[in-house]
Amino acid sequence: MKERRFVRELLESKQRILTLSFVVSIVFLFLIIRLWHLQILNADDYHTMSENNRLRFVPVAASRGTILDRTGKILVSNRPSFSLAVIPQEVTDKEALLRLLSVLLGLDRAEMAERWEKGKGRAKYYPIVLASNISRDHVEIVEENRLRLPGIEIEMKPVREYTGGQLAAHLLGYIGEVSEKELNVKGFENYNSGDYVGKNGIERALENELHGVDGGRQFEVDARGRVLRTISESYPTVGSSVMLTIDAAVQKQAERAFGDQAGAAVAMDVTNGEILTFVSNPGFDPALFSGRLPADVWKGYLDDKRHPLENKALSGQYPPGSTFKMITALAGLQNNIISESTSINCNGSYELGTSTFKCWNKKGHGTTNLRKSLRESCDVYYYQLGEKLGVDKIAAAAHAFKLGSPLGVELLNERSGLIPTAEWKQKRFGKRWYHGETLPVAIGQGAVLLTPIQLASMIATVANEGTIYRPHLVKRIVDADGKTLRETQTEIIGTAPFAKESFRLVKQGLLDVVNAPGGTGAMARLYDVKVAGKTGTSQVVKLRDSKNGTPYQFRDHALFVAFAPFEKPEIAVAVVVEHGEHGGSAAASIANKILRAYFDGKKPPRIEAVSPPEKNVEDEDTNENVVPAVEKEPRISGDPVND
Amino acid sequence: MIDRRLITNIDWVLVGLVATVCLLGILNIYSATAPYKIIGTAYYIKQIYWMLVGMIISLLVCSLDYHILEDLSYWSYALLLFLLLAVLVVGRRSMGATRWLNLGFFTIQPSEFMKLVIIVTFARFFNNFQSVNGLTVKEVLIPLSLLALPAALIMKQPDLGTATLVILIALSMIIYVGLRWSTIVTFVCITIPMAWIAWAFLLRPYQINRILDFLNPERSRLGSGYHIIQSKIAVGSGGFIGKGYIKGTQSQLRFLPEQHTDFAFSVFAEEWGFIGCLLLIVLYLSLVLWGLNIARRCNDRFGGLLAVGVTAMLFWHIVINMGMVIGLFPVVGVPLPFFSYGGTSMITSMVGIGLLQNISMRRFMF
Repeated sequence: MKERRFVRELLESKQRILTLSFVVSIVFLFLIIRLWHLQILNADDYHTMSENNRLRFVPVAASRGTILDRTGKILVSNRPSFSLAVIPQEVTDKEALLRLLSVLLGLDRAEMAERWEKGKGRAKYYPIVLASNISRDHVEIVEENRLRLPGIEIEMKPVREYTGGQLAAHLLGYIGEVSEKELNVKGFENYNSGDYVGKNGIERALENELHGVDGGRQFEVDARGRVLRTISESYPTVGSSVMLTIDAAVQKQAERAFGDQAGAAVAMDVTNGEILTFVSNPGFDPALFSGRLPADVWKGYLDDKRHPLENKALSGQYPPGSTFKMITALAGLQNNIISESTSINCNGSYELGTSTFKCWNKKGHGTTNLRKSLRESCDVYYYQLGEKLGVDKIAAAAHAFKLGSPLGVELLNERSGLIPTAEWKQKRFGKRWYHGETLPVAIGQGAVLLTPIQLASMIATVANEGTIYRPHLVKRIVDADGKTLRETQTEIIGTAPFAKESFRLVKQGLLDVVNAPGGTGAMARLYDVKVAGKTGTSQVVKLRDSKNGTPYQFRDHALFVAFAPFEKPEIAVAVVVEHGEHGGSAAASIANKILRAYFDGKKPPRIEAVSPPEKNVEDEDTNENVVPAVEKEPRISGDPVND
Repeated sequence: MIDRRLITNIDWVLVGLVATVCLLGILNIYSATAPYKIIGTAYYIKQIYWMLVGMIISLLVCSLDYHILEDLSYWSYALLLFLLLAVLVVGRRSMGATRWLNLGFFTIQPSEFMKLVIIVTFARFFNNFQSVNGLTVKEVLIPLSLLALPAALIMKQPDLGTATLVILIALSMIIYVGLRWSTIVTFVCITIPMAWIAWAFLLRPYQINRILDFLNPERSRLGSGYHIIQSKIAVGSGGFIGKGYIKGTQSQLRFLPEQHTDFAFSVFAEEWGFIGCLLLIVLYLSLVLWGLNIARRCNDRFGGLLAVGVTAMLFWHIVINMGMVIGLFPVVGVPLPFFSYGGTSMITSMVGIGLLQNISMRRFMF
């Protein structure tokens, strides 16, 4: 009995062995299937992963290209700067390391920790910059304590040096670490966080040209990221140099002429659109932006009511005031509403319906023809002309000058200004255009807004009698080997189709503005070169109590546009002095200094510059009594009424 | 002592399979340790020594009739329990766990030997235990207690890998003996809440992390999940024919963790590809099936139980290690028998092979 049971159990267990063998085979089959899945089906993916695994790429930043003025004078170059970086994988005790760094170097621990956190998620063994622009003393301290600071590296990068200090700061712009936001933008695919890019001005607009091609070293590393060997090394290619059309000497004089006044000035070559001077005042120190901008400096910039960080020449939009009268005059001549001999009588104001539109000169200008209307900037003449023209004909003339849209200068964020039309008002406000609203537009008030670049282009177009050149700032781009990559070609973007005779009439008036007795722009007069120009005052707010009591931000802007020499125009200049009150004094004298510097630079050094003539007109066209069609905000350079 | 008849009965299949795997293993260790800076004897040389030592021990094991183990079993069990306790008290700490015991001239890892001792102990226990129609709940309580004591001590070290293996070997033997359905159902009902308790209270954070990492390797690319990802990359990038001997980038550039020990198969898979893996798996499968075959051919119950136990030990090592390398199981420190570098593993496995040989040779002696 016992024997039988034993045998039965033995047989049973033998049966069980076969079952187990089957189960074991199934399990091994699973292993094989899994291997098939990894090694056959997904082999390519894993192969790619393994390739990426062993290669580390450490970029070597290219030296940015230099920026030169038209004469070859260096405006921006590079100098070495050191930054403190960490390779997180080599650090065992992060907190202790940060503590030690803050003790040794006096750097902010929280800030370093934050940068560290932000830098995570990047490729292993990619150094994270903890502090940029550290001093040479700090570099030495780190080198001395190298053994106590595992994973810490000093990186040398070239940084920007602005030879002219604040000179042309808005134009040149500054560079900074690429932001998270920028990294997601098209065109920035090749950038890594920590890279420096142009943030503003030419640095930003010509980032591609200036940046150069970053080089790098490709290492083979082990799982701990220890470098085993260098596989390949590519040297960075220095960025291309950019030669600007700016003349540093004139630029310097122009900025000096502004002094503390806020405003903008653009001087342009009448014959090709090259911008010779590009001032936005007050400036700032672009070098500060490349490193760690001290908080108090930053706050100072922000709190300054003259808005130093704003590029007023490019994106400031101002009512052109009386400078716009040349457009109205040309429109009148073209539409045969006026001729050279057409005269009106100005008695100090003009009545339309129930409204009274006042001339800046309360006593009136008496009998006024076109030439006198320009010379003395008679408002009544243009009220009457504007009434007959209607807003759309004025706008058509302005559009013929390519006003009301960006002119296509190389910088980003060029504003379009505003030329109001009946259609625009309907669209923008859903209301029809009232006839009375045309009158302020005729004298460059109301909703009319122009940027300083547009003002310069406008006067340049008048000077060359109708040819509109694309204003540009870049003369040529030269690569590191000295080869010219791009030479900016003069580009005609349009022609203002007015009769030559009309231009000549207007120009004659503009000559009188500066040179004839009673002209409003005598401050711009040069003894050796005939200057023609036009003053303008643009109202910031509708009504003012008294002149002396007007707070800064409500004072009128002073404008002056000019060209010279009268016979064969070379240079056009537009000056806006924010809250400068009177075009004739504040803006015209700056224009005078710019022209002076320009013509001085052209000729062999002269012994003595003669001071400008005394001003012979007490007070020019302040259109203080005009009722603007559209109320403007106190800050003109802010967003315009634009749709 | 060694009968001439025994020599004629040597199981050459077993010897051949083990020798082949060992040689592949040594070849692979040479490659896996190529990028290492080696001070003293190279790893593959040491592995050859271990293999030779293992073979001698294996020879010694098969020279003694395995039936004497029946008498030694409970004594060895008691001794091992004592050693495990000793480890906890005076053991050498290494890598956050206390596993090694310094015996003066060399260090041993008692938990490793527990794998063998539990086989012998269970074989002895079930040999004297006749059950009808499978084990009842009551009948498995004694073997489970025999298992629970050492398993708990090993887990306390903590050594999750070895503890798991000891448990799996013991359970395999219990299943081989046979359970009643009622027993199975009862234990499933008990195990699930127990597992929850273990998860919540008993497992160390790193152990929980390993399991979580296994379930979701992306959880920590640089933490323990890193091992799984790197290993999968190594295996997958090997493709069909592999990258070539000593040409695996993952291994040669040291992206693999413990690549000469627990992740040795990873290195092999990268360099020899699917073809190489298939060969190795077929060798292992043959070894396991042959072990079961030895159990089947053995005409005494004790021998059959021993053979099943040893085969289960090999089987679980192979499956868990390979499963870990190819991302099917969590990372637990389980070596691949005869293939991973390491003396302890080599000797334990060789002792197991000695036992199998022993049983195989003596199958005609009854």
